[in-house]
Amino acid sequence: MSPIFLSRRRFLTGATIASTAPLAGCFDFLGDRSGEVRGALETANSLTYHAQRLLLGSDDLAREYSESEIRQPQRPNGSTNPSDRAYVALARGGFSDYRLKVGGLVDKPTELSLGELQAMPSRTQITRHDCVEGWSCIAKWTGVPLSTVLDHVSPKPAARFVVFDCFDTMQRNALGAIKYYESIDMADARHPQTILAYGLNDQSLPISNGAPLRVRVERQLGYKMAKYIRAITVTETLEGFGQGGGGYWEDRGYEWFAGI
Amino acid sequence: MTTETEHVEAEAGRKAGSLIYRQKLTTRLTHWLWVISLFFMLLSGLQIFMARPDLYIGQQSGFGFDNTVLSIGSVRIEGEWQGRTTLFGESFDTTGWLGLVPQGDQMARKAFPGWMTVPGNRDLATGRVVHFFFAWVLVATLLVWLVASLANRHLRDLIPTLSDLKRLPGDVADHLRLRFPHHGRYNVLQKLSYAGVLFVALPVMILTGLTMSPGVVAEAPFLLDLFGGRQTARTIHFVVMLALVLFFIVHLAMVLLAGPLNELRSIITGWYRTDTESRT
Repeated sequence: MSPIFLSRRRFLTGATIASTAPLAGCFDFLGDRSGEVRGALETANSLTYHAQRLLLGSDDLAREYSESEIRQPQRPNGSTNPSDRAYVALARGGFSDYRLKVGGLVDKPTELSLGELQAMPSRTQITRHDCVEGWSCIAKWTGVPLSTVLDHVSPKPAARFVVFDCFDTMQRNALGAIKYYESIDMADARHPQTILAYGLNDQSLPISNGAPLRVRVERQLGYKMAKYIRAITVTETLEGFGQGGGGYWEDRGYEWFAGI
Repeated sequence: MTTETEHVEAEAGRKAGSLIYRQKLTTRLTHWLWVISLFFMLLSGLQIFMARPDLYIGQQSGFGFDNTVLSIGSVRIEGEWQGRTTLFGESFDTTGWLGLVPQGDQMARKAFPGWMTVPGNRDLATGRVVHFFFAWVLVATLLVWLVASLANRHLRDLIPTLSDLKRLPGDVADHLRLRFPHHGRYNVLQKLSYAGVLFVALPVMILTGLTMSPGVVAEAPFLLDLFGGRQTARTIHFVVMLALVLFFIVHLAMVLLAGPLNELRSIITGWYRTDTESRT
């Protein structure tokens, strides 16, 4: 091999690294969530949402696995042990005083105890939990279909979203505690696999996985599946909840539709 | 198949040393759209990967069992942090490059240095926004290119023929001697690599990407079976990314070695100068 080739190759390597180094740094402004370019790029999220809603049948089920695919405990993520006073008191009593508040744009707002929820027809499914970070974990979930609970309270025709308010505080600032919350559209809320889970792998749902109640939204990523649910609000708009993004992570730049 | 007249006309156009109109507008436009979208997809993809810099085989990630094939992290040895990359059970010290990387004037415990990701700091949310935007651009470009190339018969330039394959050994020898004939047609190695990228690598990238979407696999569960599970699909997505980076490096090297000005002119203006000495 001639020396010219070697130096060319060395030049190439150097040039490639040198050219991407400053280039990559140029795009840090994309992290600014109020930026115009960021806004333009985010239009792709709504394209993804509409494409999936258009192409995917409303009742297509996420894959359900066999018992043999449960090979490990469900990995806890996010909050794993809320220290909020109201929650700690409920947990100490084995959640016997827990009441799920269901209200908002409904005809018959109600409160349901864990016993009442467990007395409703249940659904059990072995599904894959996909975290936005990239990992997956298969577990068996038991709970009451959200659709059943919604039928119980009769949402008004204007209802578009279901918002989950949670017990766990994610951070504190001058205005007080910022708690986890999430929201899904009525299509996902009415999906047969969308359940309010109180059981995990044939046991009561543990605190680390969201006791007493967490939602499963099997066609979306893990952060949509709120844990430690305190109240469910049916609504026409996501404004007025948190910063209006439709969820704790959505208010911090993550897309509201997490089907991808 | 080329007819006799077309063949004669083409040969006349490729008279030694003349400028020929080699790359059509759609070919050139789509080329540069791919450059832009693949650049952003690579750097935002590495940003996304940084949130969980481990690769697994199967449906799920092994926490209670081991199905990890690659892991980028850091370990503390006698009070000192060290970048540690583990591939198929073999561990390597990758301090400075992977796992423990320079950030400002100190070291940070993250998978990739800032110059390898968009944005440079750790920002999964932005990485995803950028990645999915350019994913749409990439797919749209591929569709436009496919339709245009079917219409203007550019596709035929890329499919290796039987006689091409017979020339393969000679072509390999030419490349090894860094001898690049400029007769205005793709040689067989070019055809194989371009066809490999456009008909194999990019479709596999798109399909494995879609397999990671919990929404898409609810509609198309066969994708999970095709790639052997969501985590295997993620691993394939990563490996094909490496193959595309390798293609990019070789592609750039070939452009530089074959005469960068002539090559660049042809992919910008379409005009390409053939060899002054005619080779048969």
